[in-house]
Amino acid sequence: MSETTRRRPQAFTRGNGAGGFRLAWRKGTNTVMLALCALAVVAGVVPLLWILWYTLRQGIAALTPGFLTSMPTPVGVPGGGIFNSIVGSAITVGLGVLIAAPVGVMAAMFAATRANTPLGLALRFGTDVIAGVPSIIMGIFVYALIVLPQGHFSAFSGGVALAFIMLPIIIRTTEEMLKLVPGSLREASLALGATEWRTSMNVLLPAALSGVVTGVMLAVARAAGEAAPMLFTAFGNPFLSFKLSEPIATLPHTIFVYAISPYEDWRAKAWATALVLIALVLGLNVLARGLTWWRVRKVGSVTR
Amino acid sequence: MTADVHADRRAAPVARKSDAWNHGDPLFRALTTLAAVAVLVLVLAIGAELWRSSILSRQAFGLSFLTTSVWDPVAEVFGALPFLAGTLVTSIVALVIAVPISLGVAIFLSELSPMWLRQPLGFLIELLAAVPSVVYGLWALFAFVPSFVKPVALALNGKLGFLPLFAGPIYGPSRLAASLVLAIMVLPTISAISRDVFRAVPVAQREAALSLGATRWETISQVLVPYGLSGLLGAVILGLGRALGETIAVTMVIGNNLDASASLLHPGYTMASIIANEFAEATSELYIQALIEIGLVLFVFTLVINLIARLLIWRVARGTVSEGRS
Repeated sequence: MSETTRRRPQAFTRGNGAGGFRLAWRKGTNTVMLALCALAVVAGVVPLLWILWYTLRQGIAALTPGFLTSMPTPVGVPGGGIFNSIVGSAITVGLGVLIAAPVGVMAAMFAATRANTPLGLALRFGTDVIAGVPSIIMGIFVYALIVLPQGHFSAFSGGVALAFIMLPIIIRTTEEMLKLVPGSLREASLALGATEWRTSMNVLLPAALSGVVTGVMLAVARAAGEAAPMLFTAFGNPFLSFKLSEPIATLPHTIFVYAISPYEDWRAKAWATALVLIALVLGLNVLARGLTWWRVRKVGSVTR
Repeated sequence: MTADVHADRRAAPVARKSDAWNHGDPLFRALTTLAAVAVLVLVLAIGAELWRSSILSRQAFGLSFLTTSVWDPVAEVFGALPFLAGTLVTSIVALVIAVPISLGVAIFLSELSPMWLRQPLGFLIELLAAVPSVVYGLWALFAFVPSFVKPVALALNGKLGFLPLFAGPIYGPSRLAASLVLAIMVLPTISAISRDVFRAVPVAQREAALSLGATRWETISQVLVPYGLSGLLGAVILGLGRALGETIAVTMVIGNNLDASASLLHPGYTMASIIANEFAEATSELYIQALIEIGLVLFVFTLVINLIARLLIWRVARGTVSEGRS
């Protein structure tokens, strides 16, 4: 300990004493390394811009009027759209939210109010673990859990898989936002004689509501883009279906199927679908981000 | 228990009118506890279900499943070694590329960037994480691989073709293509967490180093990096976890080929991509269970890696929060 602290100051100052060369070397290294860091940012941002630009270009070129509202046509038949995939994505993601949001918000309340109990710690750890499980594993899990016993693919199983993927996102964001609510609010409510659950439902939750909404939006954005679990659960369906018990098409799965197909026509449709999906997902993210920013500023001004 | 303490408080005058409101506490507590327990049960259920559903395959091949490389659905002989190797190779190459860049991004975002640029730049990098995997795959398949990966592969093969790692012939879809796409995909994960780690280092540490005459780079490399080392390591391992399980984008660019060579420039398979690619055509029960067992192995992999990463990151968070971040 003392050895290292003594060594470092020496290393820094020795350069000044030993003439200009070492100082110049250190300054040179400094400039080069900092420039490399800036270059890394460019390297990080370029792919994003490339993806956005390319998807926009290809997608707009392939977008036809009525693309969103018409059904797929056989290969080569002009026109045709992705209406069934939009319906399917809405149904599976909606079902996922219905399952994940109540459980997630409840669990987040537990995590926020009882953070230091053994179960609270275990919950945070469990949330992190689920967040790290690859989405394809969630797909296989739901396949083994629901599809195998039932004997057929279904929109229901797709929704359940998406719910599991959404769960950790909802828990984390809600928990963070609940923690931002000033403790004095909770204490004031309890001191007035409100019960704990009433405090949670009537004071904490409304105060953190935009946080919950943010969490759900981020979760929807993530789930709407998941193709891997759909391979084993919702499976895809070229026809329009509203039934939970039948296979159903989803946007990301449709992109996957179209993209790896040998038909030029389908590939063009993959781009148009990707444009729709990316607009949806990035739009939700921008919105969620704005909401968080607004929220943190508001709460910050309250506590100060 | 704490319930008794609260009971005293609750006897206060406010709530007498609406008694109905007052009986919710045990129910509410039960509900939130149930939700918390459900999350934990889910973790166990994933492992248990994958274990149960791969029983035929586990009984038929035992541990040799992980050490043999024959994958013959017709003869029903399954060994997962090539997929294990493919996953490890692509993920590690991806990290080798992504880690320096991510650290550069993190350092720029937390130390160098002017204030007005931090938020928008950080947001752009985070958006990179929000792009769906299948869109990465689509872009990589039709834009990235033909116009970037293939020239790079040709150059590598031309200069270093004598190494088995860069042996030809060149295909578009390859392990290298998968690695590069993975590198782009884990970059936001690693840089976002590393940025937070750097920000958690107390300002006094920087000021001390600078006042001793250190340059900014010396402050970063000799003070900030050692200070946050376990957090940075956690970020990298978390990135590894993401790379291991990435499916659709990899499936679209890796070529899906049971190629036995060591060449990065050849098409290959990863654990996730073989599951995605062959699940639909798996007809026999043993075939499906073998694929599920690959899923089980992948699950255990990511589980262990995430546990290590979280422990490392938690250690940093706990160490620095008490010192304040000002």
